[in-house]
Amino acid sequence: MSTSRTLSQKVWDNHVVKAEADGSVLLYIDLHLVHEVTSPQAFEGLRMSGRTVRRPDLTVATEDHNVPTENQHLPIPDEIGRKQVETLRANTSEFGITNYPMGHKNQGIVHVIGPELGLTLPGMTVVCGDSHTSTHGAFGALAFGIGTSEVEHVLATQTLPQPPQETMAITIDGELPEGATAKDVVLAVLARTGTSGGIGAIAEYRGSVIEGLSMEGRMTVCNMSIEWGAKAGLIAPDDTTFAYLEGRPHAPAGAAWDEAVDAWRALATDADAGFDREIVMDGSECVPHITWGTNPGQVAPIASNVPDPDSFESPEERDAAARALEYMGLTAGQAMRDINIDTVFIGSCTNSRIEDLRAAAQVAEGHSVAPGVRTLVVPGSGLVAEQAEAEGLDKIFRDAGFDWREPGCSMCLAMNPDKLAPGERSASTSNRNFEGRQGRGGRTHLVSPQVAAATAIVGHVATPEDLS
Amino acid sequence: MKPVRIVQGRAVPLDRSDVDTDQIIPSDWLKQVERTGFEKGLFSEWRDEADFVMNKEEHAGANILVAGPNFGTGSSREHAVWAIMQYGFEAVISPRFGPIFANNSTKNGLVCVQIDGEVVQAIMSAVETDPATEIVVDVERRRIEVPSIDVDEPFPMSDSVQHRFLEGLDDIGLTMQKADDISFFEAGRPAYMPSAGS
Ligand code: SF4
Repeated sequence: MSTSRTLSQKVWDNHVVKAEADGSVLLYIDLHLVHEVTSPQAFEGLRMSGRTVRRPDLTVATEDHNVPTENQHLPIPDEIGRKQVETLRANTSEFGITNYPMGHKNQGIVHVIGPELGLTLPGMTVVCGDSHTSTHGAFGALAFGIGTSEVEHVLATQTLPQPPQETMAITIDGELPEGATAKDVVLAVLARTGTSGGIGAIAEYRGSVIEGLSMEGRMTVCNMSIEWGAKAGLIAPDDTTFAYLEGRPHAPAGAAWDEAVDAWRALATDADAGFDREIVMDGSECVPHITWGTNPGQVAPIASNVPDPDSFESPEERDAAARALEYMGLTAGQAMRDINIDTVFIGSCTNSRIEDLRAAAQVAEGHSVAPGVRTLVVPGSGLVAEQAEAEGLDKIFRDAGFDWREPGCSMCLAMNPDKLAPGERSASTSNRNFEGRQGRGGRTHLVSPQVAAATAIVGHVATPEDLS
Repeated sequence: MKPVRIVQGRAVPLDRSDVDTDQIIPSDWLKQVERTGFEKGLFSEWRDEADFVMNKEEHAGANILVAGPNFGTGSSREHAVWAIMQYGFEAVISPRFGPIFANNSTKNGLVCVQIDGEVVQAIMSAVETDPATEIVVDVERRRIEVPSIDVDEPFPMSDSVQHRFLEGLDDIGLTMQKADDISFFEAGRPAYMPSAGS
């Protein structure tokens, strides 16, 4: 048996309940996160077949996608959204699952609360009926999104059958340029790979740029793994990881902590282990980026111009770019900085953690939002909101004219009252710029929190440097 | 899940790449708690346009969807698969599928036929020229045939997925037979693993 293994292979091997002859395995799941949108039909399926939840103690639910970000103490005005939240409450109470409801300080976007409660730990397997489950890979956990049938499968058995996986390394060495953020790192990866470069593989982010990121930054990068086509994205746990986790509510303590850290250190990819594919990038590529199109791979540096569809090689890409420019109402050759913005959204599981809010507040401090620009600053969870308010960030935002909201997915997707109107253009710190993603006919530009804040102040696409 | 051996019929040509699951079923439609009724949401934003291909009379009743590359990327919503199937499609042909979508399809009996982009384009043109073009997706032989343009190509499908399609097997039932293995594994998990209770 070969002894050199990658991080993800080690985590995988540690969770094989049963290996089948064709290379597929039954994989044990350590943590199953549940939210109101992708779970109702799974619970219904359980009831219909007379099954129950095998490990309610390894299952945690929260309300995030549908919730309004104002007046959370009141019932949800939208009847169907309210029904979905009520259904989650009924299901979790019937099956004995912990649920963090609106207004609870532990409530928030499912991918924000797992890590901050210490429920997500290195070396674990984590699943959720949500493609951005890859976020948890920042801790060296094997974390991926699943469909509703699989949610039902995990509820019933705490396992998932999995085919053999390809591994991929994405190495970013060198240093980040001035003004670059973790969001720009992953947008630069997208610029390189497009939306399908990850081919469903389990990717490991490595190299000095990745090692230099904070946990929040690593979560931002891993969050968008699915956007470039990877199934999961992992980062080897190190001292930064351990410092973040120590003392969190569900993290081990005392002797168990020491034992865990020893085990976690051993997870790093062995020096001579090989990957099925490898991409190598340099930190200097990660300058501030912005998307100009209708998929996250249609992205370019802010200091550049909207590309000409004819500049793309394949006919597919040319067509897609032409369609995107039409939908986005942009002209080829237009400077990115000349794009006027109606709405700025700072939030989502990509960029709603305390560090993101601190960075945006630092840019906003002492400035005012440009006239006519609508803003939403939406903390990722009750705990993030509490911390931000303790640090006075809410006041900085409010003083600058930003709208400070209550936690939830908000304008990341058009399932709650925070939506774009047709033709309305946003600079958004979320992860998807698909047609209609933020509201029917809405036009989305994905950016970092710093760029979003600067853009709100100037009224067109801007970086913090443009403010001085 | 019902057994699926052969899908035979006419197709709708959706000549677009990167059709993500937000387009297949916009998020407004995800608020239901039932498992049915999603056909109304299928491509709902595009279907409002009169000249959208699915609105054309000559494609009414088609049970196969032909699409450009990167079909079903993006959000994990299984509602996308439900919407496609509840509308009446039994197979989707594309050069490349979003991995979660492809996996969700296997749980519901929707056949994802992944074949070379040039062959997909050939089928697309054939269907655009003659909407009555007959397509046969044979799960048992793992081949797709379009006799009128001499296409007879293999498509990938793992043995275990094929077995489940042919027999119409329920994944959960199969796993429950391994309950002893699961209990054995659970007994060996490290004590520091967190639990949500408390
Ligand atoms: S913030 Fe957006 S991407 Fe993240 S879980 Fe919510 S809806 Fe999904």
